Amino acid sequence: MITIDWLHFTPASALAGGLLIGLAAALLILLEGRIAGISGIIGGLLQPPRKGDVAWRLAFALGLVAAPMLYQVLAEMPQSRIDSGWATLVVAGLLVGFGSRLGSGCTSGHGVCGLSRLSPRSLAATIVFMTAGFVTVFAGRHLFA
Amino acid sequence: MSVLISLLIGLVFGCGLIVSGMGNPAKVLAFLDLAGDWDPSLALVMTGAIAVGLAAFRIAGRLPTSLRGKPLQMPTARQIDRRLLVGSALFGIGWGLAGICPGPALVLLGTGAAKGFVFVLAMLAGMAIFTAFERLSRARQAQSDAGK
Repeated sequence: MITIDWLHFTPASALAGGLLIGLAAALLILLEGRIAGISGIIGGLLQPPRKGDVAWRLAFALGLVAAPMLYQVLAEMPQSRIDSGWATLVVAGLLVGFGSRLGSGCTSGHGVCGLSRLSPRSLAATIVFMTAGFVTVFAGRHLFA
Repeated sequence: MSVLISLLIGLVFGCGLIVSGMGNPAKVLAFLDLAGDWDPSLALVMTGAIAVGLAAFRIAGRLPTSLRGKPLQMPTARQIDRRLLVGSALFGIGWGLAGICPGPALVLLGTGAAKGFVFVLAMLAGMAIFTAFERLSRARQAQSDAGK
C-alpha cells in the first residue's frame, strides 16, 4: 500500500512550476525551433563546436544557473536539501551525465518535450528512467538500508 | 538575439524548477520513494509542463519554421534501441541515487551549494566520457569498415 505524505504534498506550487517549465519549453521550440532538453543542450557544449551553435547553449545554461540568484531577489527561496554524501554525488553525477547522453535525453528532453510530442521513443525512455529511479530509491532505502 | 532569448528562457525554466520543488533533491527522492511516505507533488510538475508542451508542439507541428523564421529542429530518431534503454536506465539509477537531474543540477550550482558544484562536475565528466566513448566507437567502426 502507498502512504501519501500529505504534510509535504505541494500541489499548487508543483503545478505552477510545471506550467513555467512548460512555458519555457514552448518558447524555445516556437521562437528558436529547439527542443528544451537540458542534457542535450549542455552535452552539445562538450562536443567539437559547430559554428553558431555554442552561444545559445551557454546562454541557456547560464539562465538556469542564474535563476536562483534572480529568484532570491524577488521571493524567498523554497527549502532545498542535498542529503547524499560526496561519493554518492560523484557516482550519481557520472551516471546522470553518461546515461542521459547515451539515451539521448533526460527528464526534460524525453519526459517533458518528448511526451508532449507524443513520441513513443521518449515514452519508452521515460518509463525506463522513472522505473530505474523508483527501484534505486527502493533498494537504497528499504532493501539495503 | 537568440542568445538573449535563450538566456531568458533558461531563467524561466530555472524559476519553474525552483517553484516546482524539482530544485530540492530531498523532495525528488521523496517522490521516487513509493514505499516510504510518498510525496506525489512531482507528478503534478510533469502534468503542468506537458499540458503546456502538448499545445506548443501541436502548434509547432503546423508551422513551416519557428515564429522567428528558424528551422524547427525536431528529433528524427524513431527506433527504441539498446542505447536508448541502457542510457535511460543508467540515467534513472543516477537520478535515484541523488535526486538530481541535469536541469536542477545547474540550478543547485547557482544556489552556491558545494554539493551542487561537485554533482555538476561529475555530470560534465560523465558527458565528456560519453563524447570520448562515441569518438572511439566511431573510429573503430571506420577502421573495421576500411578493413572490409
